[in-house]
Amino acid sequence: MNESKEETVQLTHGAGGRAMGELLEKYVLNTFTNKSAGDIGLDQLDDGATIDLPGEGTLVLTTDSHVVNPLFFPGGDIGKLAVCGTVNDLAVMGAKPVALTSSLIVEEGFSIPELSRVMASMEESSRESDVPIITGDTKVLEKGAMDGLAINTAGVGFAKEPVSDAGMNPGDRVILTGTIGDHGMALMQYREGLSFRTELESDIAPLNDLLGVALEAGEITAMKDPTRGGIAAALNEMADKSGLGITVKEESIPVREAVSGIAELIGISPYEVANEGKAVITATHETAGKVVDALRSHPLGPEAREIGKVTEEWSEKVIMETEIGGRRFLEAPLGDPVPRIC
Amino acid sequence: MKFKFKDRDRAEKLVRIINQKVPDRRIKIVHVCGTHEVAITENGLRSLLPDQIDIREGPGCPVCVTPTSDLDAALQLAESGAIVTAFGDMMNVPGTAKSLKELKSEGADVRLVYSVSEAIKTAKNTDKQVVFFSVGFETTTPMTAAVLKDDPPENFSILPSNKLIPPAMESLLELPDNRIDGFIAPGHVSTIIGVEPYEKLAEDYEVPIAIGGFEPLDVLYALALIINQIAEGEPKAENGYRRAVNYEGNEKSKELINEVFDVTDSIWRGIGTIPDSGLTLNKEYERWNARERFEIDPKEGVETPPNCLCPQVITARATPGECDLFREKCTPDSPYGPCMVGEEAMCNIWYRYGGRPKL
Repeated sequence: MNESKEETVQLTHGAGGRAMGELLEKYVLNTFTNKSAGDIGLDQLDDGATIDLPGEGTLVLTTDSHVVNPLFFPGGDIGKLAVCGTVNDLAVMGAKPVALTSSLIVEEGFSIPELSRVMASMEESSRESDVPIITGDTKVLEKGAMDGLAINTAGVGFAKEPVSDAGMNPGDRVILTGTIGDHGMALMQYREGLSFRTELESDIAPLNDLLGVALEAGEITAMKDPTRGGIAAALNEMADKSGLGITVKEESIPVREAVSGIAELIGISPYEVANEGKAVITATHETAGKVVDALRSHPLGPEAREIGKVTEEWSEKVIMETEIGGRRFLEAPLGDPVPRIC
Repeated sequence: MKFKFKDRDRAEKLVRIINQKVPDRRIKIVHVCGTHEVAITENGLRSLLPDQIDIREGPGCPVCVTPTSDLDAALQLAESGAIVTAFGDMMNVPGTAKSLKELKSEGADVRLVYSVSEAIKTAKNTDKQVVFFSVGFETTTPMTAAVLKDDPPENFSILPSNKLIPPAMESLLELPDNRIDGFIAPGHVSTIIGVEPYEKLAEDYEVPIAIGGFEPLDVLYALALIINQIAEGEPKAENGYRRAVNYEGNEKSKELINEVFDVTDSIWRGIGTIPDSGLTLNKEYERWNARERFEIDPKEGVETPPNCLCPQVITARATPGECDLFREKCTPDSPYGPCMVGEEAMCNIWYRYGGRPKL
């Protein structure tokens, strides 16, 4: 029974939690040696990397492979996700997105009308975010070699001063740009075959304009888009990287009723599921109010609010003050949340 | 209506009562339910309570207390070609050599089911023998009794591993080094068994008991009842979950259990044999017992791996944080001991919600 088996990659290794962090550290970061072209490189595991352009500013480069089940979901589809995901990764780095690439990997037998819908959706999102798609690649794999359609997009942006996800300081305020859990729970109701459907839609949206407005309004020290692993993963990552603590008030975190309803039903925390149109921002104590006001004046940010602050105590930990007045750690999820069975 | 049970003002009132009445010594209160532990950790209730109150989870997770010998029996049945059906969490618990999940990956027909009815459905759709691994407390047992009374298919049988909560609570009180100042009795189990079984315990052992529901205010209310009993020096069994539990419990469910099962001694992983703490099929229903139908040769397996504190955790004598393996060698994705397997297990819950920090 104790024969050593060859280790294999498990789904949790790709789920954005602790297991994924360990895999990257051990097999990617420890293998590559040539991994930076500016202040932020591979080791920082930020949403993108920076390339210095002396005297002119900074280029920001990011890439993301998009797979989603189902391909079409309430509020969006894989095409919208592929454009918005990469635009948002640039935007939370404080960059103005300049252009995107698009690589399609398609399974033999994939429906052409569906492919056409996905392309139309990429076009729409590219227009909405005002970021052109300027080059690409297409591969078709034989039936069974993959599942349907995967899209990789890379993006390049330009920043006067890039914002890392590690830059927060003690006393900074933590701001959320809107309700959380919408995307993850909208997908979850399909995946788990729940017998009811809600009106809930994914929050998927390009954040470049919204975050551009926020950057103008105040002194922003860090930003992150809470995708896989939700705000639980994002806040923990920001605390880890800065070596500081974060305290959040549960009652100030905006959660739609449909989201908390599904969450209760399937036993998955809304804090642990993906968002595709939200950002976590830290801003200086003095300017946080102005940032929130600016966010709220934008069509994508009416529910923006301050949810907590950065502290020196409880370094690398996130403390949640619960609705009932208790305090606990908000832990980073280990992997993709699985609905409870009982 | 939203968050009716998360009213901060009411919580503060209950905490005030607890603070006023709590005696100035260490008070250990034990609950026996994973759902209680989740309510407590997820809402950060421990941080609201005075320092001297120490709340622990006892043997409240069916997955944790199912003995290795029963798991080995299930593994043997699956190896011999029967289809073994089990609840999700049971798939990951290690037997002597492996878990059901590992056996499944080697090709055995082990299937995850959400209920015993699903196992019956499986049996109706095959000629093969289908065994339902019947674990759980008083809450799940009536369903199993009901399907056995309802003329199940001939190729269906159960591997009975059902357990009873009150004898387990009593066994904790019998441990010499285990002073317990009060029990929060489990709400779900109590909907079936009612208040009476706890009255005997409260009287025999002079221990305060309050049945608690699963919202944070329910838990605080049950705690306040217990602290009040301690302060008044009048230990008894109280019902703090009246909207779901009545004094008699559910007569129909109790009857179902009595018609199909006999009470028997039972091995609890981490505790050992507890007299009259388990259920097996009675004479009339013996033919549905997989232990009778098949030749099983259950060995006395190793109950917990070396250095695992699960036996102490299950008996409320240690917290997960006291175990050197917790978070290091033992995590939910790679559990070393049974208390890390399953969403109702204390180590697993402490891992997910950060345990009891002094915040």
